Amino acid sequence: MTADTHDITVTVNGTPHRRTVESRILLSDFLRHDLLLAGTHVGCEHGVCGACTVIFDGAAVRSCLMLAAQADGHAVATVEGLAADREHLHPLQEAMRDCHGLQCGYCTPGILMTMKVFLDETPEPDEAQIREALSGNLCRCTGYQHIVDAMLLAAERLRGRAP
Amino acid sequence: MKPAPFRYIAVRSLDQALELKAEHGDEARFLAGGQSLMPTMNFRLSQPAVLIDINPLAQCAGVQKAGPETLRIGALTRYRDLERAPATAENLPLIKEALPHIAHPQIRNRGTIGGNLAHADPASEMPAIVLALAGKLHAQSKRGERWIAAADFFAGALRTALEPDEMLTEVELPIARPRSGACFMEVARRRGDFALIGVACTVELDDHGRCKEARIGLCNAGDGPIFAVAASRSLAGQNIGSAEIDDAAALVQRDIDPGGSIHASKDFQRHLAGVLTKRALAAATERAKA
Repeated sequence: MTADTHDITVTVNGTPHRRTVESRILLSDFLRHDLLLAGTHVGCEHGVCGACTVIFDGAAVRSCLMLAAQADGHAVATVEGLAADREHLHPLQEAMRDCHGLQCGYCTPGILMTMKVFLDETPEPDEAQIREALSGNLCRCTGYQHIVDAMLLAAERLRGRAP
Repeated sequence: MKPAPFRYIAVRSLDQALELKAEHGDEARFLAGGQSLMPTMNFRLSQPAVLIDINPLAQCAGVQKAGPETLRIGALTRYRDLERAPATAENLPLIKEALPHIAHPQIRNRGTIGGNLAHADPASEMPAIVLALAGKLHAQSKRGERWIAAADFFAGALRTALEPDEMLTEVELPIARPRSGACFMEVARRRGDFALIGVACTVELDDHGRCKEARIGLCNAGDGPIFAVAASRSLAGQNIGSAEIDDAAALVQRDIDPGGSIHASKDFQRHLAGVLTKRALAAATERAKA
């Protein structure tokens, strides 16, 4: 069978990318292999672990459960777009570092993208809300307490910034 | 790449979607939220030849009043939008209570009510809820359209009454009436996991405080979503107290046939079904009185 291909344009972190992809290419693999944005990690590939979470049209989603072809004409944000530049991490990333919110870092990109949307929508979260928001991201080495601490700190710092 | 090769078509109209499904039948699958379909394709448990992406059909999403007593929910309505719609909290308290149990926020951002119901996973929450609410499902095809009662729609694990050329387009649910109460409860190993057992129930009382109608649905309690017929009927006309609730829970336990798994034996699932039925019925009855 000849491969079923599609010409797509996907805006990733503000930059439009034109590519030709096979139908069955997952959005996660498109980001990593076609665009060489390997910050989006791939864990379980069936929607359970959350490592591949990206922001699709403003909502946190599993990139392993979407096709690249579905992203045609849509906007995706990945962990590569969080920090303003190499010297200035995003407050979420700063807080993760300050609170020891990561060890191996495998789950971190997914957690950052999940919590980016959550904190934008919930600027004054309590601990229970943070734990609920984090429920779709598995961490197997750091433990969640430091991640929760980091999110409380990040929320506080983000509130202190000028809009 | 993980899925087997397929032809992908993002449709521009409902007519085009129905045309394609009529042409390809069981060889084709509709792609809605994809939160159940894509995992099975990644594992190659399902290998459709044609994938009909209906996500561009904005007209198939949304919640609206169909009359004074009913709401219609477009099949493509995402869980996240249901969670946020004021109409859900106001009119569908059973769904409002159940939504946080349905997977995780990221899954609810994509997952749709129609995709979930058409997938008909016995462990899923929404089929049991639609059974408890006596909902109706709207199917369309090139040949025409029809409404299917929830009780007739589910035909066992991952099986529905939909014909190979039909698409589920809408769900009609009754708006919560005065003197009625609902409750959803489930036990899962972790937040967002599939339920070991889940119970969805509604209780409507008459002017004298007696039960006019009670309906109990269960998830992961057998080969398909379950409507507990005998237990539900046993409550009609009763003044619901602890004895009536105990009897109904015993009937639920008698009538279900849970599959058992590495995480919960059949006996444990049956035990949970009893406990949750009692708690959910008690809560729904209290809410109906409030």
